[in-house]
Amino acid sequence: MDQEIGTAKHTKTFQIMETILVLAHTENNGALAKSAREALHASATLHKSLAGSKLVVGLIGDNVQIAANSIAACLATKYFGVTGADFSQSRYATDATAAEAICKAAQATVVVAPATSRWARVLPGVAARLGGRADTHVTGVAAADGKISVNRWYYRQRMEGLLTRTQRPWLIGIDPGSQTPCDCGAGTAMVEMVLVNLTDAARRTTVVGIREPKADAQTIRPDAQLLFVTGAGWTKKQADGQTHLPEAEKLILGFLKQSRASLGSSKSLVDQSGEGQAVLPFLSHLNQVGQTGATPRHAKGLSTCCHGEEPHTVGWRFIGERRAISLDPNCGWARGKADVLYVADAFAVIAKVNELLAAAGMA
Amino acid sequence: MSIAYQIVVCGSIVPDPLQTLEPVASPAGPALKNEMMLPAVLDPWAGHALYEASNLVKNQPGSKVWLVSLGPKAKLQQVMMTVAQKVPFELVALDGPASGFNDATETAAALAEAINAIPGLDKSRLLVFGGWESASRGAGATMQIIGERLGIVDQFQGVDQLTVNADGSMEILERIEGGKHQVSKCASAPALLGWATGNLPEPKNNPQVGMVNMRTVMPALQKARPTKLTSDGLTFASVALPKQLRETQIVKDKSPDDIAQEIVEWIKK
Repeated sequence: MDQEIGTAKHTKTFQIMETILVLAHTENNGALAKSAREALHASATLHKSLAGSKLVVGLIGDNVQIAANSIAACLATKYFGVTGADFSQSRYATDATAAEAICKAAQATVVVAPATSRWARVLPGVAARLGGRADTHVTGVAAADGKISVNRWYYRQRMEGLLTRTQRPWLIGIDPGSQTPCDCGAGTAMVEMVLVNLTDAARRTTVVGIREPKADAQTIRPDAQLLFVTGAGWTKKQADGQTHLPEAEKLILGFLKQSRASLGSSKSLVDQSGEGQAVLPFLSHLNQVGQTGATPRHAKGLSTCCHGEEPHTVGWRFIGERRAISLDPNCGWARGKADVLYVADAFAVIAKVNELLAAAGMA
Repeated sequence: MSIAYQIVVCGSIVPDPLQTLEPVASPAGPALKNEMMLPAVLDPWAGHALYEASNLVKNQPGSKVWLVSLGPKAKLQQVMMTVAQKVPFELVALDGPASGFNDATETAAALAEAINAIPGLDKSRLLVFGGWESASRGAGATMQIIGERLGIVDQFQGVDQLTVNADGSMEILERIEGGKHQVSKCASAPALLGWATGNLPEPKNNPQVGMVNMRTVMPALQKARPTKLTSDGLTFASVALPKQLRETQIVKDKSPDDIAQEIVEWIKK
């Protein structure tokens, strides 16, 4: 890229040959996650469009050889690794130290990593250590005329910015699901091990486990085709003047079981538990989509009993096809946001949908 | 074992989520249209961090909460009128922009400096709290950089629960992929926690708490240090609202059975 340095009187332009480092961590089985392959694809595309750039890979994990071999046919010219039991844990102190060491060993000017919870925790801190900058939740990376630019969203997915930076190294966290994963083939990769000396201070935190709902109670499924969004209308009084919480619970869980959809919820619905109101017990803030919740990526979204900006605008910014069921034909939030708005009682429609799905054997 | 923590909560203000936001170009870079006129609230995730801090103080006698906030002084004052009625804290105010387009590194540097300047700060008892992301920049970067500048390497993001064990260690639940939580054990303070939603409801307004807080809030606002953020090296080529307005098909006259059939076919497609 062209970078200007010096004072106003003495300005000099020179060309930086970017070294693009793809930073990834291994999964429990030693392999790379899809999100890592997405970051690799974005980096390879960037590398191709930046003349004179180099592409290298840095891997962290208990053992990184399987992961390196799985992408050995990619355009990377060098592989760096930090390995050992200390680096199998998703822990700030050790991950930051390892990432810093790899960035230095690779002399990286641009670092691209998947914005997994593990990397999102450390990337800005690593940038601070290296005197660089970090941009997270990036949804696009490109280069034109030797300048790298990234896309990211501001104000909770309300507006999209396209920005460039002169600082290096520039650490870029790519949002999982926003890129095409690379399909480069396997082979045998030579991994250059980077030695990291950990102090006791780096081991003050220990990961002791993962807490998750039982398999049949897990309603958040990031890889599902469909996001099913439930609004507070499910807990309100229905046409007979009564609430129907048990029936709502049965219908929603029945739909999730039959369709294998992921469950999202409006803020107003999950907030009810904190306000002492009747609630759907399987919903938590983890299900919340929107302003203070998640903005998941799914091919399709079906919203039911929702009325508000949370689910319709912010919550499904990255949802492909969108349909909504609402009793309000003038719902200003669904209009212009959904492809189809069904004016109907969600209780009746979902009951029938469940019947049809069960009959079709989708379970 | 009860530990008297010093809990510093970092949190700024953001436009009320119900407001329509429109980006405009300003001499200093992108900004929001009528930004100073928009009603503001305490950043939601920072708010959760503040309520969790207050709850921890109740369970750990002798602990104290500071709220370190960078924002336009006049807007901070408006927001503090409400926030100060929620939980007890001492405000440390910095007078500067709270825009989402500012660079996280500069914001973090200013906040870290303000934290370091708190009189009597004891880092062996320090817990730095904040939202894991803001509702403005949404980067999830500021807290980590603050931690680095303060020399704190026990950092946690997306925190939903903190439990102080009898031996003084802390068990922390962080959100990870797929609706799961990672459970970590941290030996002791200092630590930095970027909070997600936590488990606590928003406290009701308590005028008595407000009166006590305002004794320190107003002086803190009066002596708020002017803070300039330049965002050097960062250039926005564009900031725009998404254009895709969908042609919504309104289906009014179909029976639930017909709608269900259509939805099932769509799901299976």
